[in-house]
Amino acid sequence: MNINGVQIDATFAEAFPMRGTRIIITAQNAKWARIAAETMTGFATSVIACGCEAGIERELTPEETPDGRPGVAALIFAMGGKTLAKQVETRAGQCVLTCPTTALFSGLTEGDPIALGKNLRFFGDGFQISKRINGRRYWRVPVMDGEFLCEENTGMVNAVGGGNFLILAESQPQALAACEAAIEAMRRVPNVIMPFPGGVVRSGSKVGSKYKALNASTNDAFCPTLKGQTKTELSSEVESVMEIVIDGLTAEDINRAMRVGIEAACGLGPQNGIRRISAGNYGGKLGPFLFHLQEIMA
Amino acid sequence: MTMLILTLRAEPRQRIDAAPLTPDNLQDKSATEIGNILLQTGNRQLSVGELFDMEGNDATHIVLRGATGKLDFIGRGMTQGQITVEGDAGSYLGMQMNGGRLVVRGSVDAYAACELKNGHVLIEGNAGDFIGASLPGNKKGMAGGVVIVRGNVGDRAGDHLRRGAILIEGNTGDYLGSRMTAGTIGVLGKTGRYVGYAMGRGTLLLAQRPTELLPTFNDCGTHTLGFIPLLLKGFAGLDTPFAGMSDQLKRVRRYAGDMSGLGKGEILVAADA
Repeated sequence: MNINGVQIDATFAEAFPMRGTRIIITAQNAKWARIAAETMTGFATSVIACGCEAGIERELTPEETPDGRPGVAALIFAMGGKTLAKQVETRAGQCVLTCPTTALFSGLTEGDPIALGKNLRFFGDGFQISKRINGRRYWRVPVMDGEFLCEENTGMVNAVGGGNFLILAESQPQALAACEAAIEAMRRVPNVIMPFPGGVVRSGSKVGSKYKALNASTNDAFCPTLKGQTKTELSSEVESVMEIVIDGLTAEDINRAMRVGIEAACGLGPQNGIRRISAGNYGGKLGPFLFHLQEIMA
Repeated sequence: MTMLILTLRAEPRQRIDAAPLTPDNLQDKSATEIGNILLQTGNRQLSVGELFDMEGNDATHIVLRGATGKLDFIGRGMTQGQITVEGDAGSYLGMQMNGGRLVVRGSVDAYAACELKNGHVLIEGNAGDFIGASLPGNKKGMAGGVVIVRGNVGDRAGDHLRRGAILIEGNTGDYLGSRMTAGTIGVLGKTGRYVGYAMGRGTLLLAQRPTELLPTFNDCGTHTLGFIPLLLKGFAGLDTPFAGMSDQLKRVRRYAGDMSGLGKGEILVAADA
């Protein structure tokens, strides 16, 4: 398959089941809502060492938020429910409760409830106040800038993590430009995040390692400097490969995001050094969700 | 299917226990069965057929036409459907109601919505004492739902209130929100004496400053509280002016009390009142 002169490999991205939730952070203005959201979703690129994968889904207008202030929706994913609950609570307590003027709400009503303000309320030392509004419980926790308003629970649903595609380019700047174009387009797709820095991974990994302590290591088949040292997947003109990883609430959401992202990357074409689109295919070792590139782009 | 209309034939000589006339109880019954239901009045019983003219057959919406203040316990324990009272209602309207909607075109007597658990009650006239309260001797008042009163209410509104909201568009008697455990009472009109007496927790949201406050309520200053827009937004669709009062209640003066007891309650007064 070829789109705008860019080859689409006959391969698939391999993804795995996760548990996910959406939270909504509001603040006095969009700047402080974003600061809180960026802090809460920081150091959350990969479950390999961060505990969860998280990112900003989109900014919300005052009309879209529960308390009528500017806000940000963020998605958080983890490998299990207990881990996700712990990560959400810890990050809410350290990054949102502490951030001036913020309030924190659930962004998912369906699924299993996990604590948001349920335990954070105890920071109020007995001065916290419960309010039940339209069947949902909120906590008002007195803090030094006024009150921290936080919904008691958020919903946790089954989700999919690790959707991905690789952009193979003639140079590093060209690979990055294609990634930036893809990410800009993908950020408009609901229910997904690209958890890595700026949405892009330069250190794609394969399953396993020669070192027993490691269960993942560099994807040597796609490392351009190893073309002559390993069983490479790269042709001579490819000098840089970057990956975009996608976590989504459903497989359909990841499908949509991959399609939009690949279209945007291919839009730059060979004249901008974009040669191939491939994917992290681990031969069935990583997970049950397979996203076939050519089917997605058909 | 048309709504079931029960028209009172004449002013009753004694009070009538109208509790059986709920959608839960009538919706699977034929007209004959409904007509044979016995209602307690004084020390005897009268059938629905003797007291009311009946028309319509959809008991999910019951209309009590020509109702008077002698009909007690209307909507007691109902969980679904709607009752519309065209006229006044007696005491214990919507007592222990757990869902559905209850509309009264006139005024009601004492203990309306007492121990209400869920559902909506709209009283277009006035309400007597102890609206949303607990029954005498009990310690748990209204525990959910929303009550809207277009007119005035008597004393002890929301006594022992635990959860839910009472929205009063007129004036209140004395002891508003006495012994509240939690929940919210909003008042647009004037309040009587002893506001928040023995209040443990909960919120009194007042559009007008009380003429006097108990000395056991302490001034906490003027604030912008994020939960108020959320709370008022929750009343949208309930046909109450509270839903559109975000601007008026953007800044509130907070008084904490009653310090003679737990002292975790609050009276919030519109800052420009």
